[in-house]
Amino acid sequence: MSLLTSLRSLTAKFFRSSATADDLDEELRSHIQHRADDLQRSGLSRAEAERRARIEFGAYEKFREESHQALGGNFFDVLTRDIHFALRVLRKSPGFTITAVLTLTLAIGANAVVFGVLNAVILRPLHVPQPSTLWGLEHEDDYGFQSYPNYLDLRDRNRTFQGLAVFSINQETLDTGRNPSIGWAYEISGNYFDVLRIQPCLGRFFHSSDEHGPNSAPYIVLSYPYWHAHFSGDRSVIGRVVQINKHLLTIIGVAPPTFNGTMLFFTPDFFFPLVEQPLIDGWNGLEGRGNRWLFEAFGHLRPGVTPAQASTDLNAIGAYLEKTYPRDVSKKQYSLARPSLYGNFLGRPVRAFVAGLMLLSGLILLAACANLGSLFAARASDRSREVALRLALGSSRNRILRQLMTEAILISLAGGALGLAGSIALLNRLNSWLPFNQYPIHIPVSPDARVYLVALGLALLSGFLFGLVPVRQVLRADPYQIVKAGSSVTPGRRLFTRDVLLVIQIALCAVLVTSSLVAVRGLIRSLNADYGFQPRNALIVDVNLAFAGYTGDNVPPMQKRMLDAVQAVPGVQAVATVSTPPLGMGNGERRNIYKDDSADLRASKSAALPFLYVVSPNYFTAAGTALLAGRSFTAHDDMHTPRLAIVNQEFAQTILNSSNPTDALGRYFRLDDGTRLQVVGVAENGKYLNLAESQQPAFFLPLFQILWSEMSMVVRTNRDPQQAASAVRTALHTLDPGLPVEVNTWNRDLDGVLFPSRVATIALGVLGIMGAILSITGIFGMAAWSVSRRLRELGIRMALGAQRREVLSAALGRALRLLAIGSAAGLLLGILATRVLAFIVYQASARDPLVLAGVVFAMAALGLIATWIPAQRALSLDPLLLLHEE
Amino acid sequence: MSGEAQLLPGTLDLLILKAVSLGPLHGYGVLLRIGQISASALLIEQGALYPALFRLVRQGLLKATWGTSDNNRRAKFYDLTAAGRKRLRAETEDWNRLATAIASALAARPEEI
Repeated sequence: MSLLTSLRSLTAKFFRSSATADDLDEELRSHIQHRADDLQRSGLSRAEAERRARIEFGAYEKFREESHQALGGNFFDVLTRDIHFALRVLRKSPGFTITAVLTLTLAIGANAVVFGVLNAVILRPLHVPQPSTLWGLEHEDDYGFQSYPNYLDLRDRNRTFQGLAVFSINQETLDTGRNPSIGWAYEISGNYFDVLRIQPCLGRFFHSSDEHGPNSAPYIVLSYPYWHAHFSGDRSVIGRVVQINKHLLTIIGVAPPTFNGTMLFFTPDFFFPLVEQPLIDGWNGLEGRGNRWLFEAFGHLRPGVTPAQASTDLNAIGAYLEKTYPRDVSKKQYSLARPSLYGNFLGRPVRAFVAGLMLLSGLILLAACANLGSLFAARASDRSREVALRLALGSSRNRILRQLMTEAILISLAGGALGLAGSIALLNRLNSWLPFNQYPIHIPVSPDARVYLVALGLALLSGFLFGLVPVRQVLRADPYQIVKAGSSVTPGRRLFTRDVLLVIQIALCAVLVTSSLVAVRGLIRSLNADYGFQPRNALIVDVNLAFAGYTGDNVPPMQKRMLDAVQAVPGVQAVATVSTPPLGMGNGERRNIYKDDSADLRASKSAALPFLYVVSPNYFTAAGTALLAGRSFTAHDDMHTPRLAIVNQEFAQTILNSSNPTDALGRYFRLDDGTRLQVVGVAENGKYLNLAESQQPAFFLPLFQILWSEMSMVVRTNRDPQQAASAVRTALHTLDPGLPVEVNTWNRDLDGVLFPSRVATIALGVLGIMGAILSITGIFGMAAWSVSRRLRELGIRMALGAQRREVLSAALGRALRLLAIGSAAGLLLGILATRVLAFIVYQASARDPLVLAGVVFAMAALGLIATWIPAQRALSLDPLLLLHEE
Repeated sequence: MSGEAQLLPGTLDLLILKAVSLGPLHGYGVLLRIGQISASALLIEQGALYPALFRLVRQGLLKATWGTSDNNRRAKFYDLTAAGRKRLRAETEDWNRLATAIASALAARPEEI
């Protein structure tokens, strides 16, 4: 409504000012009529008298204009007339207008999208009250990970937080009695919602007062989207009892719609108290000080407490814990980080990447401005005759500049509006995009007012930037000279400005092309990287034994039966279990290990913290991991035989000092509980957490020597993976119909690890293509303009017998030289810029000969495409025709 | 034409105020009145009158009302406001001082120095 009112008042303003315009016209006409009356009385005919009167009056438009200015307060009036005129001028050159608007649409659209992401991911905090005092705890390379006993000590002993809550993320099966479905749960401390200071949208939340030890708070809270999707928003769900992994919980509330958990990308389906965890998951996560599985502890600082004070406070507790529990707690410093991106774990690469993207899209905008600036300069010099005439007819330079500026701003606003519309559509698509089937990961980037404002600001700013380019040209224009000499070439400084603009623009585009090629190359490389296993032709089967009620001693026999059942599926070459597949979504299991002669088993004295995989005998065959020395596990390596381990090459080299793998065989090392393990095999190195990691040590333990209920199966098959997947599913279903089974190809399972590379490649690829388009239009504009300005000279050259090559070099040599300079500069800058990319892209380096060759080739191809049409035009000149015209 | 003098900058406003002070006039009338009182010695481009008129209106020295002229045509009539009257007095004095000064300066002879 207020928009309507303000619109109305605006139109009223226009209306009033056009009323004074009518008034003015009537008065001036009245003057001419009176004069004509006098002239008629002196004997002239009426028509002649009116003609004479008009002549005597002088330049009607000029005086009308001056009168308008004298009346004052006619800003809007002048503006509407400027806009009308600008629209007319722009309509007369649709090619120019469309090119300019599209260029800006691309540039501003790209910036709005990137800013939208930046805004949502970095600037916008979580949807909770007072987000500015909310901090998460980070513990060096443990990131947020915390054990429950440690959490309790931190919660109760700190003096700087108003309250400390903790959560963990787990996949659970929720059964309402009809249709069990797998969902993602936040397992949370009782004070979680109170610490966040949020209120339920329905029912109630649980509180720390509900907790009285294990199994004392059998409650569950649903997230708003889950409530809508699975209970169709039914308000009577409160009080209903549901099963989580066969354990009964009562629904007591629904979280507010704006609350999507404490992690930005990871939307939970439901929340239940950590005290219920042992019964739900089939193992006790509340005990074991070294059992760092809780995701992150966080809380609001007390009023007046700085993050530095809080860190000091936490480190004092940390020192106490280390002294009291030397076996389980190692010396590490606490620091505070924002919880939304899981501190620096995701925060650092995400911030670096988004900042890098913002920088590159800023470059796109700059390149677009340079492009449009030189277009405007070219246009202004083509219009120098018009400008000169207007100056000669008494128009002021201010008026002309204002007019040119109006054109520039109109174009920038049109481009900005289109770009914003496009970016909103794209951001909304991105918002509803779920990149993974099996994970509730999405990027919450709905655009808000800040995005609109930034887009508008950028549009206006770029309008001013490229609108300013021709200003000097107009200010220095001498109407007399221009009208006398026609619009012939005046070489010199003006061309120089345009050349610089073009070089800058090409350099910026070369940076973008370089970055996108680096990203593409990185993705290809990471797809072909040596993972230390062969994901091709392999399936990953995720089985939730706890949900189906298998716990404790029931687990091993069931594991054996499952292995046998899958092995019997036709086409299956090998099947094995692994605690968690390497490069999976989780953080990976790590364990402190000690040298054989080490008697001191404190965490701070450990030899290393290698990755641990608990595997069944066939694992190395099924995963396609090569054994460099020794043997694999067998079915006979069980509880009755000495404890064994297989280590990777890195482990053998760094911990067992065996540069030759066979030297490591027979050597011993210890686990943190003192268990002595003998090395029977050495496996090839691999990637365990992500592709960019430096080589990490890892070791493997035989499944039948250690109880381990959490597991996935690796199935190697020679059949079509999809068919094999459904056959495996059927086989396991026959074994136990109640067993939740998820089968994916291993490549699909790697999506999570490849996701950053893919996103980087898509984003940089799009920016690179934009850069390429901009440099094509830029070079094309320059080349076409230079050909058209020199038509006559070229015609004379041809008439005097110049060869095609000479004509071409005269017409386009300059453009191509500028292209070469710009590309070289851009390539150098690109090499520097790729350091930022190294955060995300696997082995990002621009010093790769393929990338260098690619950039040179791409820029040459762009130059060829862009100069093709002007070159054809230069060559098809008919000198006779041309000289006739002049 | 040689009998007509170019206006000095700023004098058009003064002439308009003077012309209107003799009675309300429309724009063309102002022009005629100036011609009449200056014995057609001053050259004023007809259209140039209007920006000056509007400027004076905006400064509150003149007020304008629509009416009917002797020719039975609609025309806008200008009249002095109180501020306009004051301004006219002040400017007339200024002008006279300036004119006297310039005149006596130009009348100076070598023997008087």
